[in-house]
Amino acid sequence: MTFLEMRNITKSFPGVKALDGVTLDLQKGEIHALVGENGAGKSTLMKILGGVYPHPEYGGELLLDGHQVQFGGVRDAEKAGIAVIYQELSLVKEMTVGENIFLGREPSSFGVIRWEELFRRAEKLLGELNLEIDPHIPIKNLGIGQQQLVEIAKALSQEARILVLDEPTAALTETEVNTLFTILDKLRASGVGMIYISHKLGEVFQISDRITVLRDGKTVGTKATADWEESTVIASMVGREVGDIFPQVDHQHGEVIFAVENFSVTDPSVAGKKLVENVSFSVREGEVLGIAGLMGAGRSDLLMAIYGAHPGRASGSIRMNGKPIHISNPADAIRAGIGFVTEDRKRFGLVIDQTILNNMTLAGLRRISGRFVTNVDAEAAAGERAMKDLRVKASSVFSIAGTLSGGNQQKVVLAKWLLTNPRVLFLDEPTRGIDVGAKQEIYSQINTLAKSGLAIVLVSSELPEVLGLSDRIIVLHEGKVTGKFTRSSATAEALMACATGQILEAA
Amino acid sequence: MNDSSNVAGSDQPTSTADLVVAAETAALTRQTRIGRFRVSTDVLRAYTMVFALIAIWIFFHYSTDQIFLDPRNFSNLMRQTAVTGVLAVGMLMVIVTGQIDLSVGSVVGLAGGIAAIAQGWYGWELLPSLAAGISVAFVIGAFQGSLVAYLNVPAFIVTLGGLLAWRGVVLGLSRGETIPLRLQEFKAIGQDYVGPTVGWVIAAVAVAAIIWFAITRNRARKRHGLAVPGTGTTLLRVAGPSLAVVAFIYMMNSYEIAPGRYAGIPVPVIIFLAIAITGAFLTRNTTFGRYLYAIGGNPDAARLSGINIRRHLLAVFCIMGTLTGVAAIIYTARVGSSSPDAGQLLELDAIAACVIGGTSLMGGRGTVFGAILGALIMASLDNGMSLKSVEPYMQNIIKGAILVAAVGLDMAGRKRG
Repeated sequence: MTFLEMRNITKSFPGVKALDGVTLDLQKGEIHALVGENGAGKSTLMKILGGVYPHPEYGGELLLDGHQVQFGGVRDAEKAGIAVIYQELSLVKEMTVGENIFLGREPSSFGVIRWEELFRRAEKLLGELNLEIDPHIPIKNLGIGQQQLVEIAKALSQEARILVLDEPTAALTETEVNTLFTILDKLRASGVGMIYISHKLGEVFQISDRITVLRDGKTVGTKATADWEESTVIASMVGREVGDIFPQVDHQHGEVIFAVENFSVTDPSVAGKKLVENVSFSVREGEVLGIAGLMGAGRSDLLMAIYGAHPGRASGSIRMNGKPIHISNPADAIRAGIGFVTEDRKRFGLVIDQTILNNMTLAGLRRISGRFVTNVDAEAAAGERAMKDLRVKASSVFSIAGTLSGGNQQKVVLAKWLLTNPRVLFLDEPTRGIDVGAKQEIYSQINTLAKSGLAIVLVSSELPEVLGLSDRIIVLHEGKVTGKFTRSSATAEALMACATGQILEAA
Repeated sequence: MNDSSNVAGSDQPTSTADLVVAAETAALTRQTRIGRFRVSTDVLRAYTMVFALIAIWIFFHYSTDQIFLDPRNFSNLMRQTAVTGVLAVGMLMVIVTGQIDLSVGSVVGLAGGIAAIAQGWYGWELLPSLAAGISVAFVIGAFQGSLVAYLNVPAFIVTLGGLLAWRGVVLGLSRGETIPLRLQEFKAIGQDYVGPTVGWVIAAVAVAAIIWFAITRNRARKRHGLAVPGTGTTLLRVAGPSLAVVAFIYMMNSYEIAPGRYAGIPVPVIIFLAIAITGAFLTRNTTFGRYLYAIGGNPDAARLSGINIRRHLLAVFCIMGTLTGVAAIIYTARVGSSSPDAGQLLELDAIAACVIGGTSLMGGRGTVFGAILGALIMASLDNGMSLKSVEPYMQNIIKGAILVAAVGLDMAGRKRG
C-alpha cells in the first residue's frame, strides 16, 4: 500500500494558482526528491503536507496509509508523524540543544521538567545519529550545519514517519553533507519516508530513489532516479532544453585595476585567531577572479574586510588603479568604486518591505537621485532601465522586494550595485538558493559585465560555477591561499583538494 | 506639497507620495484612483484613516448640536492638535529608524520651564528666552542621541531615564512653582491668529505651488521617458488638494472672535503646518529621509549600502529634540505659564498618533501624513469628548481602547492582505 499520497492538490493565492493538480506519492523507506525552479510550488506543497495551510484552504486529497486525512493545523500533521524541516531553521538560539529537541514536549511531571531525563534522551538520540554534539550547549554556539543536524534530531525525536527536508544542505560543508546522507540512509533503512527538496542536482542523484519535477504548480514527471539524466531533469524544470549553462566566453583583459596585498583579518571573538592570513590577489579590467573554498575558509571575511564592514581588525594594503587607498567603512569602498553583492540577500542585501526601486537605488542614491533632494523620476527611469537590462520579473519597479522570487531578488541586489557605477564588483554566493533559469541569467550577466570592462571577484561554494565563470581562481583554506589556477589549469578535483587543505602550494 | 507620484493606484504600498495624494483626494473628492487591479493595503489604510477621521468629526458634530465643526471649535481643535502634531512629526522619524523617545513630555516641561524662567526671573527678551528653551531641548536630543548611536544604549532605556531625569530637573529649577509668562509676545505664539488676509495669501501661494508641482512633475516624467498622467488625472490631482487648502483657510477665517472681527489661522497651527510640510519633504523627498526608512527596515543592508547609521540616528534625535523645544514653546505660550508638571504624558500622545497613523514600531514604515492624521484623531477625540462632557476617566478608557483597536484592526487587515 502506498504510504503517503497527495492527489490532485490545488492551492490558490490571491491572483496566482500556486498548485494546479499536483500528485505525489511516497513509499516507506524511500527518499523522494522534489525539484523545480523557485516558485514552482515545492514549498507550498510541503506546507500543505505539514499542515501550515490547513484542510479547506487547498483542493485535493491527502491519503496516509490509504486513509484520507485532513490536517487542521501543524499539530495534526505532527501527530500523524510528519515532520517538516524548513530552510529557515526553527531553533531557539539561546536555548540548549536538549531543550530545543524537546521544545514543547519536555518530559515532565505535573508541569515540572525532568531535566536529567530530557538530556539523557537527547544524548541518546544524538548518539544514534552519530552526532558528537553536547546536548547541554546553547544552539547559538553551533555552526549552521550542526544546527541543521540538530533540527533533524528534533524531528526524529517526534518519531516522524515522514520527514520533509527543504534545502537541507544549503549551509552544510562537504563533511556535514556526508554526515547528513549517512543519517538519511539509516532512516531509509528503518522505513522512514523522506521528501527531499534541493537545487543541488548532484546531491539529488546521489541520495534519492525517485525524482519528481514540478513546474509552474504542475507535476512534470515522476521517475526512478536511475531513469533520469541530469540534463533531462534540468530541461523538465525549465521547460526547455538547456544548452551550455556556462557560455564559454574569453574575456578581454585590460590593466590590473584592483589589488590586495598581504591582507589579514583577525577574529573579533577569539583573541589571536586570524580569519584571513596574508592573502594577496589582483584583478584586471574585464576579468573574473574566482575565490573557491569551503564554508568558513574566510572568503566572505576577506571581502567584508576589504569592503570595510568586518568587525575584526584588517591589515594589508589595497590598491585601486595602482594607487593605495584606505577603506574604513562601506561608504569609502563605494566611493573607491567597489560594489558588493553580499551573501544572504535577505539579511544583508535587501530592505525586504520596500519597493524594488528603493532597493535598487539605495547604495547609489546620491549619484542617481541628487545629493540631498531626491528626484523620484530620475530614479524610476534608472530603475526601469536596470529592470529591463537584468530582466527582473515584476509588475513594476514599485513592487515590494519581498514579493519577488529569490532569483529576481538577487537581480535587484545586483542592480543596486551596478547603479553605483563600480569598477570592481564583489559577488559573494550570487546564485545561492535561486533556480536554474535565474542562475543562468546571472551567469550571462556576469559575462556581459566582464565584457564591458568590469573587474569581478566571485566567491562561490559551487565548484562548477567557479570553474565555469572564472578566468583565474584562488583557493582559500583556513584563511590562507592554498592554490592558484588559471581557467585552463583548474579542475574540480584540484580545487577541492586545495580547499580541503590537501595540497599546500606555495602561492 | 503635491508632487503626485507616478503610480497612484498601482501596486506600491510604501510610496509615501502616493499615500498622501490618494488620501488627500479621497478626503475631498472621494475619488479613488485605482488604476490597476489591486489597491495596496497601505493605500487602503490611508483611506481608512481619513474616513475614520471624517466619521469621528461627523459623529461629534451631530452629537454636540453641531458645535464640533463650527469655525470656533474647529479653530480650537486645530490649535490643540499643534503640540501633539509637532511632536508626532519628530516621533515619526525616530520610530521609522526603529528607535523610540519616551522623554519628550518631560523635555517639553523642561524647555518650557527654561524659557519661562529666562523671561520671568531673569528678564530676558523674547528671542533669547525662546532660544534658551529650544537650545536646551536640542542639547538633550543630541545627548540622548549620542548615547543611543555611539554607546549602543537602547533608546527605550536612555529616554526612559530621560523621562524621569528631565522632569526632576524642571521640578528642581522651578522650585515646584508655576511661572507665569510676562511677555505678551510670548503668549501670542500660542494664542494669537495671523488674520484672514495672510490666510488667503497662504492659500494662494499653496494652490500656486500645487499647480506648479503638478506641471513640473509631468514635464519631468516626460523628460525621463516615463508615462505621463492624462489631463483629467492631473486636474484632479490639482483640484483635490487645492480645494482642501481653500476649505481649510475658509474655515479658519470664518471664526468671528468679536463682532465683525475674523480670526484667521492660529499662530501655533501655522508653525505646525510649516513643520509638517518640512517633515513630509524631509522624509519623502530627500536622501536623508530615504536612509531613515532603510535603517529602520534593514540596518545591515543600510550599513553595507554605505549609510552611516550612527550619524543618522544622532541627527534624528537632534531633530526630535529641536521639535520638542518648539512644542514646548507653543505649549507654554498657549497655557500662558509654565508649571513643573507641564507636558506630562505628551510622549504617549505623540507615539499613539504615529501608531494610529500606521507607523510600525519595528521601524521602516510610516509617514508624516499618517502621523498627522493620527494626531488629528487623538485631538478630535479629546476635543469632542470634552464638548460632550465625558468624564475624564472615561476619556482615558476610550482613548486607550481606540488606540489598541486601531492597531488590532490594522494587523488583522494586514494578515489578510
